[in-house]
Amino acid sequence: MNREHNLPDYLQQSEVVRARFDSLKQREKILEVRHLGKRYTSTQGEVEALRDVSFSVHRREFVCVIGPSGCGKSTLIRILAGLENHNAGDVLLDGKPVAGPGYDRGMVFQGYSLFPWLTVKKNVMFGPEVNGRGRYEAERDALMWLDLVGLTKFADNYPHQLSGGMRQRVAIARALVNEPRILLMDEPFGALDAQTRVKMQTHLIDIWRNIDITMLFITHDLDEAIFLADRILVLKAHPGEVQELIEVPVPRPRTPAQFMSPEFRATKARLEELIHPAPLPETEEELAVKPHMIRFTNVADNVE
Amino acid sequence: MSKISKWFAVRAELASRKRTLLGIGSFLLPLLVWSIISYTPFIWHPKIQVEDPGGVDYFQVGMLVDKSVFQDEFTSMQAQKLALPRGEPANPIYLPAPHQVAKACYTAFTTAPEQKDLPWLHESLWHSIQVIFWGFVISSIVGVPLGILAGTYAALGRLSEPFVEFFRYLPAPAFGALAVAVLGIYDGPKIAIIVIGTFFQQVLIIANTTRKLDATIIEAALTLGTRRLQLLTRVVVPGIMPDLFRDLRILLGWAWTYLIVAELIGTSTGITWFITQQARYQHFDKVYAAIMIIGIIGFGTDLVLARLERHLFPWDRGLRRT
Ligand SMILES: Nc1ncnc2c1ncn2[C@@H]1O[C@H](COP(=O)(O)OP(=O)(O)OP(=O)(O)O)[C@@H](O)[C@H]1O
Ligand SMILES: [Mg+2]
Repeated sequence: MNREHNLPDYLQQSEVVRARFDSLKQREKILEVRHLGKRYTSTQGEVEALRDVSFSVHRREFVCVIGPSGCGKSTLIRILAGLENHNAGDVLLDGKPVAGPGYDRGMVFQGYSLFPWLTVKKNVMFGPEVNGRGRYEAERDALMWLDLVGLTKFADNYPHQLSGGMRQRVAIARALVNEPRILLMDEPFGALDAQTRVKMQTHLIDIWRNIDITMLFITHDLDEAIFLADRILVLKAHPGEVQELIEVPVPRPRTPAQFMSPEFRATKARLEELIHPAPLPETEEELAVKPHMIRFTNVADNVE
Repeated sequence: MSKISKWFAVRAELASRKRTLLGIGSFLLPLLVWSIISYTPFIWHPKIQVEDPGGVDYFQVGMLVDKSVFQDEFTSMQAQKLALPRGEPANPIYLPAPHQVAKACYTAFTTAPEQKDLPWLHESLWHSIQVIFWGFVISSIVGVPLGILAGTYAALGRLSEPFVEFFRYLPAPAFGALAVAVLGIYDGPKIAIIVIGTFFQQVLIIANTTRKLDATIIEAALTLGTRRLQLLTRVVVPGIMPDLFRDLRILLGWAWTYLIVAELIGTSTGITWFITQQARYQHFDKVYAAIMIIGIIGFGTDLVLARLERHLFPWDRGLRRT
C-alpha cells in the first residue's frame, strides 16, 4: 500500500478544532462504557467478541465505531441497546447501568427493520403508542418527524413501496420520535448506493445539528466515519479491543469538499494503517491455492 | 424453437395471460383424457351395452356384458340360427361419461331421496360443511394461540412440541372407536376426528411460521420500548398474520381429507353417507358428482380465501415480489 507522504499529523488540530473538542469534553457524559467484555459460547467453542472496551460519549457528540469485519462492532452496539448481555464491565447511560432495551436508546439497523404491516406514519407512531402516549399525540409527533426527514408525502405508503434510502429515513424518524438520549446506528447506510449514502450522511448531520441527540454510528466505510464523526473509536479483531480513539481534526461544518483536505487524508491514512495493517504472512489455506495460468486465447490478441 | 423455449424458461414468471391459459388448461387436460376414454368406442370400452337381446334369453336392453360373453352368445346364436343380439361398446358402469356426471351434478340436487325422512343432497352437504367448520374452529381456537406461543417462547415450544410431534403420527381415524365411546354416535366423534387430524399439525406449522418472523423486527420493537405482552400482540401477531392465514388455508384443505373418514364413524352422515348410498344403487354418475362437488366447494373456498388474503394484507404482496 502506498502511504501518502507530506501529510500533516492526524493528531495536529487547528485552533478551532481544539477549542471545539475542549468545549465538547466539558459536556456531561451521556454514555460510559467501562471494561466491557463479551464472550459467545457456541457449538464451535468460545469466541471472545469484546475485551476490556472502555470509552465514553459526551452529550451531542458524534462518535463513529470502525474496525475490521468480526471485531465486535455489532456486538458492542447491541449490548448498548440492551439486546445482548455482557459478561464483564459496565454500561452506564446518564450514570445509570442499562438493563435491557428501552426507548431511551434508539436504534437503526442495517437491514430494513420497519414493520411491513404498518404504513410509514404508523411505523413512526409505534414508539409513542407503546409508551403509552395518546393516539392523537402520537400522530402529531409522527407527522412532525416525518416532515423533518422529508417523507410527509409518503405517510400513508407501506414500507415496501419506498426506496432503501427512504426506508432508513423512516427508521431514523421512528427512533427519534421517542426522544432517545442516544441514537445507536449499526451500518445504517451499508446497503445504500454511493449517491444515496452521501445524501443520507449530509441529512443525518443536519438532524444531529438541530436536535438534542447523541450519536453512536457504526460503519466500515472510512470516509463515512471521518465525514460524520467527532471522534472515531477504532476496534481490532480477535478479541475485539479498542485500538485507538481518534479525534477527527477536520473542522465543522463538514462538506463533501473536505474529502480532499489534508486533515481528512491524514486521518484516513491513519485509519487505514490501523485497520489494514501490513499484510500478514499467508495462511496455510491460502498457500494451498496455486493458480496455474494457461493461455486460452490467440497469442496476438492482447488486452493489455 | 424460441417460441417453445419462451414457455419453458427456467423459474421465470409467466405473463398473466399465459397463467390464466395454463390454469384453464390444467382442468381441460384431465377432462380431455376422460372424454377421449368415454366417447371413442375403440379406446378401452371393455363392455357391450345390449340394445337388442335377440335370442339370448337372459340379455336385457341396457344391460352391460363383457365383450367376450357377448361374443360367445353372438356366435352361439349364429350357430343356432336364432335372432342375433345387438349392442354398442361401452365403458363399465363405474366410469360414466362427462356429460352424465355433469347432468348428475344437477339432478342430484333435484332428485328426492329414496325414503321420505332421508336428507337431500344439499342437506347432506350442509351437514358435512358444518362438521368441517366446527372441527376446524375448535382446533384453531386452541391450536393457533398455542402455536404462536410455542413459536415465540422457546420454553413453551420445547414443552409442547416434542409431544405434539409424536402425537401427529397417530392416525386420527384410529381414535374413531374411542371418540364414539366418549362422544356418542352423532356429530361429536366426527368433529373430534377432524380436530385430532388438524390440531397437531396446526400447532407445529404455526409455531414454525412464528419462528420465521424476522428477528430484526422484534429487536426494533424492543428498542422502541415495547414490553413483553405488547411484543406479542403488536409485533408478533400482526407480523405473521399473512403467513398464518396461508397456513390456515392449507390446513383447511387437509381437514377436508379427514371428513370422509370422520363421517363413516358412528352413524354415517353427510356427503359420505350420500356417496355410499348412491354407490349401493350403482348411481355412479351421482357418486362422481358428489365427489366433484366436494372438490368444487374446497377449491372454491380456497379461491375466496386467497382473494380475501390479498385484500386483508395489501402490504404483503409487494414484500413477496421483491
Ligand atoms: N450470536 C453469536 N454467537 C456466537 N458468536 C457470535 C455471535 N454473534 C457474533 N459472534 C461472533 O462475535 C464476533 C463479533 O461479531 P460482530 O457481529 O459483533 O462483528 P462486527 O464487527 O459487527 O462484524 P461485521 O463488520 O461483519 O458486521 C465474530 O467473531 C462473530 O463470529
Ligand atoms: Mg456487524
